[in-house]
Amino acid sequence: METNLCVAGFGGQGVMTLGKFLASATCDSTDKNVTFFPSYGAEQRGGTANCFVVISDEMVGAPLGDVMDDLIVMNGPSLQKFLPTLKKGGTLFINSSIVSDQIDRDDVKVVKAPVTELALEMGNAKVLNVIMLGVYVGYTEVVSPEVVWGTIEHKLAKKAKLLPLNKAAFEKGLEIGRSQK
Amino acid sequence: MARVLMKGCEAIAEAAVRAGCRFFAGYPITPQNEIPEYFSRRLPEVGGTFVQGESEVASVNMVYGAASAGTRSMTSSSSPGIALKSEGISYCAAARIPMVYANISRGGPGVGAIQPAQQDYFQATKASGNGGFEMMVLAPATVQEAVDLTYAAFDYADRDRNPVLILADGVIGTMMEPVELPEMKSDEEVAAIKESKKSWACIGHKLDYANRAWIQPGHWLTDEMQKANEDAEEMYKSWEKDIMVEEYMVEDAEAVIAAYGISGRIGKSVVDILRKEGKKVGLIRPITVHPFPYKSFDKIDYSKCKGILDVEMSIPAQFVKDVEVAVKGRCPIDTCLCSGGNIMSREAVIEAVNKIIEK
Amino acid sequence: MELIYSRTKTIQEDKVSGFCPGCMHSTVIKLIGEVLEEMDLVEKAACVLGIGCCGLHMDYIAYDNTTAPHGRACAVATGMKRTNPDSLVFTYQGDGDFASIGLAESMSAANRGENITVIFINNGIYGMTGGQMAPTTLIGMKASTAPKGRIAEEHGYPMHMCEILNQLTAPAYLVRTSCNTPANVIKTKNAIKKAFQNQLDGKGFSMVEIVTSCPTNWGLDPLDSLKFIEEKMLPEFPLGVIRDK
Repeated sequence: METNLCVAGFGGQGVMTLGKFLASATCDSTDKNVTFFPSYGAEQRGGTANCFVVISDEMVGAPLGDVMDDLIVMNGPSLQKFLPTLKKGGTLFINSSIVSDQIDRDDVKVVKAPVTELALEMGNAKVLNVIMLGVYVGYTEVVSPEVVWGTIEHKLAKKAKLLPLNKAAFEKGLEIGRSQK
Repeated sequence: MARVLMKGCEAIAEAAVRAGCRFFAGYPITPQNEIPEYFSRRLPEVGGTFVQGESEVASVNMVYGAASAGTRSMTSSSSPGIALKSEGISYCAAARIPMVYANISRGGPGVGAIQPAQQDYFQATKASGNGGFEMMVLAPATVQEAVDLTYAAFDYADRDRNPVLILADGVIGTMMEPVELPEMKSDEEVAAIKESKKSWACIGHKLDYANRAWIQPGHWLTDEMQKANEDAEEMYKSWEKDIMVEEYMVEDAEAVIAAYGISGRIGKSVVDILRKEGKKVGLIRPITVHPFPYKSFDKIDYSKCKGILDVEMSIPAQFVKDVEVAVKGRCPIDTCLCSGGNIMSREAVIEAVNKIIEK
Repeated sequence: MELIYSRTKTIQEDKVSGFCPGCMHSTVIKLIGEVLEEMDLVEKAACVLGIGCCGLHMDYIAYDNTTAPHGRACAVATGMKRTNPDSLVFTYQGDGDFASIGLAESMSAANRGENITVIFINNGIYGMTGGQMAPTTLIGMKASTAPKGRIAEEHGYPMHMCEILNQLTAPAYLVRTSCNTPANVIKTKNAIKKAFQNQLDGKGFSMVEIVTSCPTNWGLDPLDSLKFIEEKMLPEFPLGVIRDK
């Protein structure tokens, strides 16, 4: 079993962090293999950012697949760019707060979550990626939510006061993900 | 041992530190910046020294100095920067200075593209500088392999008193993957390694012309220069025993993928996919691209094999020239190539293999 | 009978110097050897030779040495000294090596205040390769690549390395000497001694620029070369201590 995931959005939306949290959690889970591959350009800021996470029971063959099983889209341009790479029957996770484009495919599942709005409601725009990670994990259970939260907790150990907010954000996401199964 | 998720560049640097590397000099260039950045944090923790050189040229020469004085030393860069280092590498080879360097290669020629590529194969394996010297060139396909090969590279370098090149590409350098790190050499072990080089290291000796440290990248007398080259050639020949290669389902294969580094890894996953479909596909992935495992290609059953598929992220193909030498015309060789920072597509490899099998 | 002078043991006795008549490389390497002996530093010495005639010393000197790629001596010395602070690390470079191809390495090592010593031989010309123009070639002085002589409009002006490095904050000691008279030879020796002492004291970058001759490529006999130093070279490259921190 191998899952190819692409996470895409604006620079600053925490796209890379989302991918790294998931990859770290998979590493911590100890029973699966994982690769995290950031797509990088020459610019330090702005533009689109995207990364690829492959989670597999076997050795990961290609850290960057041609066809994605899952796609997380945080902004409009990313939808246009990456939707064609999503496999038939694949799942599209969409930040419905800002992606209002028509999804011109009916052969994929769509999970919508208004993560920008939710993050603002929670008082910190930055946690939108943690909410989305929760949505993804809640829906797919590719790695157990407990392990993912354990990883986030560990990564944020030095910013302990942010933990309650992130915990709430992650759980909000889990709830949305589970509800759309 | 616990596995940790590490970026290729950082894993290479950590493996070097664990192998006893205590000096690193480098210069910024994408996509290998995490190597000097990591060393700048890590080396002071273990009593080592990091210097950001004023250029790639200066950095490799700082390593020339540190390694000629007995310290396990390393530099790294990416393609255009490696070209700049070629002078220093040639001098290290000539002066028999053990050092390790890594090329996290990107698109070329020229400033090329900052994204991953395998455009430096000839430079790495055939002519990394002037004068026809050779080096062991190790090409990892996973972050774990990058760690293990870097750790081993220092032993090879010291054994031969010769540079060793880690030829990785931007995918290996920038991706993160779980790794198990090798054992950290103790301060005593690191000191013992340095001590073992004292007889020849340029650090000051008792005044005695015959036994002074004399580390010279050349000779005034032609016969001495020839003798030095003959000795070096002896060493190059001895590497036959050090060849590392992954031979995967080759015996009954109707199509064999030949690829190294990240292309080899992608090639292996294609073998797995097509074998599940009942297609007889195999893989030969050199881990040492120099010395090249020519003999592995003798294990192919050419009465069954319809063709070899050379897969590499280089246009024009370069690695294929060694494959041609190995195959000796026993079956056709096709290529599956990409370049410019594009990453090899698994679908493209599958399609190219199918074309061979359906012949 | 009292022994008042003997040859330095740092130069191997059975080796015949390949330097031209009147060349001052032999003088300077003798001074370095004497200083090493007098300061009891021979067993700590790690010499980084530059490319060109400087490199000829590799066969004569009896202490540890290596030859750096052309111009890179200060970078090589940086690596050596940083990893072996107890060694006495010094470079021995000509004007082409230090001031032309190696300008980046020289300036940067000086700017970092590397605790090394540079012996910089300035004879205004490329020696081993056959009299080509150097960054220190005087205006009007002929070179095999400047057959009409150095022309300011085309080639720019001679570079004054002591003064250039004096713009940097880090260097500890910058001095220009010559070997054209016995008095100046003694001054040169004292400057080398001070530069080595600075390194022992951890003061950082010291450079001794020594204005020397190249009779062969200047097309002058050794005596006329001394006159040329006095009349032409020294007005362009005035002797003295430029920096002493």
